[in-house]
Amino acid sequence: MTATGSKSSHHGKGADMPVFYETEITSRLMLGTAQYPSPAILADAFKRSGAGIATVSVRREAGGERAGQAFWDMIRDLDVRVLPNTAGCHSVREAVTTAQMARELFDTRWIKLEVIGHADTLQPDPFGLVEAARILTEDGFQVFPYCTEDLVLCERLVEAGCQVLMPWGAPIGTGLGLNNIYGLRSLRAHFPDLPLVIDAGLGLPSQAAHAMELGYDAVLLNTAVAKAGDPASMADGFARALEAGRLAYEADPMEPRDMAAPSTPVLGRAFT
Amino acid sequence: MKITVNGTVQDTAAPSLDALLIELGYGAAKVATAVNESFVPAAMRPEQRLNDGDRIEIVAPRQGG
Repeated sequence: MTATGSKSSHHGKGADMPVFYETEITSRLMLGTAQYPSPAILADAFKRSGAGIATVSVRREAGGERAGQAFWDMIRDLDVRVLPNTAGCHSVREAVTTAQMARELFDTRWIKLEVIGHADTLQPDPFGLVEAARILTEDGFQVFPYCTEDLVLCERLVEAGCQVLMPWGAPIGTGLGLNNIYGLRSLRAHFPDLPLVIDAGLGLPSQAAHAMELGYDAVLLNTAVAKAGDPASMADGFARALEAGRLAYEADPMEPRDMAAPSTPVLGRAFT
Repeated sequence: MKITVNGTVQDTAAPSLDALLIELGYGAAKVATAVNESFVPAAMRPEQRLNDGDRIEIVAPRQGG
């Protein structure tokens, strides 16, 4: 496995990119495809930001509707990897069956596994998540679990076969940023070589930069970009923040301290 | 017989899932299917017999986060 926590590269991207299962990713920005004002604006957001992975979903379709084919044609034109999700699933059975349908439709072993446990917060059901992750891994899937930053849950997910973890920053769609810095820092320290992605809850590029400064490998966004007044510019802003944050992480930041310390030399000061 | 397709109860005489998709106008649409919460691969649809009360899901690619 690639040492994703390594500080050996010189730029926010390119030299030492994370490997998700056997695939080296091309951008630390993963973008959702929902809620954009138009398909053209969606495409522009991907183009401007350089995002290399698009999350997609499956939904009911009526006979003769053909909306799925039109959406799929548009996504293929983006020339990105797709990461299908099991969004909205509240049980292991629903999530597993949805994943199997998504694998056939999108022709990929990747699955962003969501097993929602609570309707108001959309927080994961950790028990169902581990069970579904095990079932899907045994069925040949490469599972990207949408999880919390709980260390024990994350250990169980790794035992179930997950080689990437995607803890939330905050509840989906809230834009609240990183709600548990201590927990996220602990998780990074606990799994120094495992690709970790902040999935959900980010609203601003500064929050994405912070995730990078904590040593996270990538972020997954949707609402923050799609619901911005200018989605393509916001996507670009996130991409630049990710690069800045990653550079800062690799540059080995100074330690904070409580006491002031003059940066200008004291020796030679006038009037002494 | 009465079956439920994407949450809506309807009558059908289609003996198989494959025949149901044709009857409902899916043709060669890019869809995936499940019967009673179990995935049915495209290649298995002709052999998937339908029974009264079956719950069918027919889904297609969509936007997601």
